Amino acid sequence: MQTAVNLRGVKKSYGAGESRVPALRGIDLDVNAGELLMLVGPSGCGKTTLISVIAGILDQDEGQCSVFGREMGGLRGAQKALWRGATLGFVFQAFNLLPSLTAAENVAVPLLLRDVPRRQAVAKAREMLERVGLGARTESRPWQLSGGQQQRVAIARALVHEPRLIVCDEPTSALDHQTGASVMELMRSVALGGERTLVVVTHDARIFSYADRIAVMDDGRISKIVDSANQL
Amino acid sequence: MNFVALQMLIGDRAKYIGILIGITFASLLITQQSAIFTGIMSRTFATITDLPTPDVWVMDEKVQYIDDIKPLQDTELYRVRGVEGVEWATPLYKGLLKARLSNGNFQSCVVIGVDDATLIGAPIQMVDGRVEDLRQNDAVILDEHSAKGKLARVQADGSRAPLRIGDSLEINDRRGVVVGICKVSRTFQSQPVVYTTFSRATSFAPRERKLLSFVLAKAKPGVDPLALCARITSATGLRAHTREDFKWITMQYFLKYTGIPINFGMSVLLGFLVGTIIAGQTFFNFTLDNLKHFGALKAMGATNGRLVRMILLQALLVGSLGWGMGVGGAATFGRLTSSTELAFRMPWQLLAISGGVVLIICSISALICIWKVARLEPAIVFKG
Ligand SMILES: Nc1ncnc2c1ncn2[C@@H]1O[C@H](COP(=O)(O)OP(=O)(O)OP(=O)(O)O)[C@@H](O)[C@H]1O
Ligand SMILES: [Mg+2]
Repeated sequence: MQTAVNLRGVKKSYGAGESRVPALRGIDLDVNAGELLMLVGPSGCGKTTLISVIAGILDQDEGQCSVFGREMGGLRGAQKALWRGATLGFVFQAFNLLPSLTAAENVAVPLLLRDVPRRQAVAKAREMLERVGLGARTESRPWQLSGGQQQRVAIARALVHEPRLIVCDEPTSALDHQTGASVMELMRSVALGGERTLVVVTHDARIFSYADRIAVMDDGRISKIVDSANQL
Repeated sequence: MNFVALQMLIGDRAKYIGILIGITFASLLITQQSAIFTGIMSRTFATITDLPTPDVWVMDEKVQYIDDIKPLQDTELYRVRGVEGVEWATPLYKGLLKARLSNGNFQSCVVIGVDDATLIGAPIQMVDGRVEDLRQNDAVILDEHSAKGKLARVQADGSRAPLRIGDSLEINDRRGVVVGICKVSRTFQSQPVVYTTFSRATSFAPRERKLLSFVLAKAKPGVDPLALCARITSATGLRAHTREDFKWITMQYFLKYTGIPINFGMSVLLGFLVGTIIAGQTFFNFTLDNLKHFGALKAMGATNGRLVRMILLQALLVGSLGWGMGVGGAATFGRLTSSTELAFRMPWQLLAISGGVVLIICSISALICIWKVARLEPAIVFKG
């Protein structure tokens, strides 16, 4: 099986001197291509820090992190940004949709960032919204949509440019249980497929069942990796 | 992404309008104040503006500006005529004389005496009557504005009746008969302008040994006026300036010896500062409010270069709109006040200057935002 993400001895601390906070104390982790891996653990254990390193928006202090064979440390500034634009999709806890754009325009952003002409990008975005069940709301603004609908727009945005890796930080914690469950259904049915890999950070135990594997973190380390929620 | 940048800005109505107001205000204040400044300054050389025919003004070497009269000997006229390259040269009298009004009050007037034979220097734009009638006995031509205003006849009931052709007035105890009404550029001190012939003007004026104020000269075709000035000076020892230079010298005198430029400079500076503060502050607020979104765009693959271009585009949009509205406002103001005493002139150079200032304001505002966004860690997108 191909490895999507490969982490070896990754360490990361915030601050310096007296106020230095170690967030990752040596992480070894392999994420397989095509799987949905969940990162779980108590608050402050370093989940967000780890996913930021994987997504190439935070540099580790020590160790190696490679994504689809590409060593993160070798990329700088603009190069890294372009790599993210081509390889990654993001789903955020707070949705982070641009309020002055319609749903379709929001979904089109990753394509626009890659200089796809607007007409073409928005057409593609509409198709994507159709696939996440929002074909009727393409012209709505974010504030006209419910939380669950906004997160589905965000999922469409994470998928529209067909990235190989999608990173999600607490995608369901702003949503009620049922809506969260339907968002996870959607992730599995629409987002997964081929070698597309999902890394989902969560502390919402009710969605653990949607994972292929669950990596449990504790105080900057991975304490165990299990195949299903019953093994926790 | 240009589309996204513009939507981001326009979508945030309140901030968008705030930024626009700041820039519009700055542009309006700067353009309007400079236009009034330009208007007032161009009044200083109104007499030269109204005398388009001569290329060269010849005067005493001590003369500093158009109203600084140091009369010449009559014979200087013939000496100038004798200089090589001079097509013609005519005398000009310019003096401040008292006119007695029908109610017994006095009003000082700028009296301009033009060459008796050619009438060179006579008004160009007649409202009533003919320039040639200046050759009649006691003839004078008045400017329209003072004929209706400062020189108007006060009637029994207190109302003012404009002076018309055929009316007479007393200048320095001598009789003048109105034969025409003309349009002139407003002068700096807004005194009435009275045109007559050179010989009549000298008879109005108090007895003096020398009464020739200026010699006006025309260069022969193909002769450079500037070179001609040099030749006149070396031949006669008099000062000679081209028309444009003399305007400029006159204006510089006023710039130097009146507080006017400082005064207007302060207004312009104020407009610049207030505009920059309002626009910069609102633009910065806009950026702060959108930091989360800029962060998300960064995470999703927007490079710093891309974000910089987005911010510059946003600044360009509000800049050009604000500039346009400000200049438009100033032009409207100029229109509305065109019939009043207010001096208002808006040549294209002024638009360029206010455009340049607005560009600086926007660049400063944009730079603050770019600095903020460029330093932004994309990792903030995962923070609550
Ligand atoms: N920018 C920062 N500066 C200093 N310390 C930080 C910073 N970000 C995170 N930390 C610290 O690093 C540790 C790991 O933080 P992280 O956000 O990765 O935890 P988390 O597992 O995502 O927690 P949560 O479940 O609450 O989101 C915590 O102790 C946190 O206080
Ligand atoms: Mg977190």
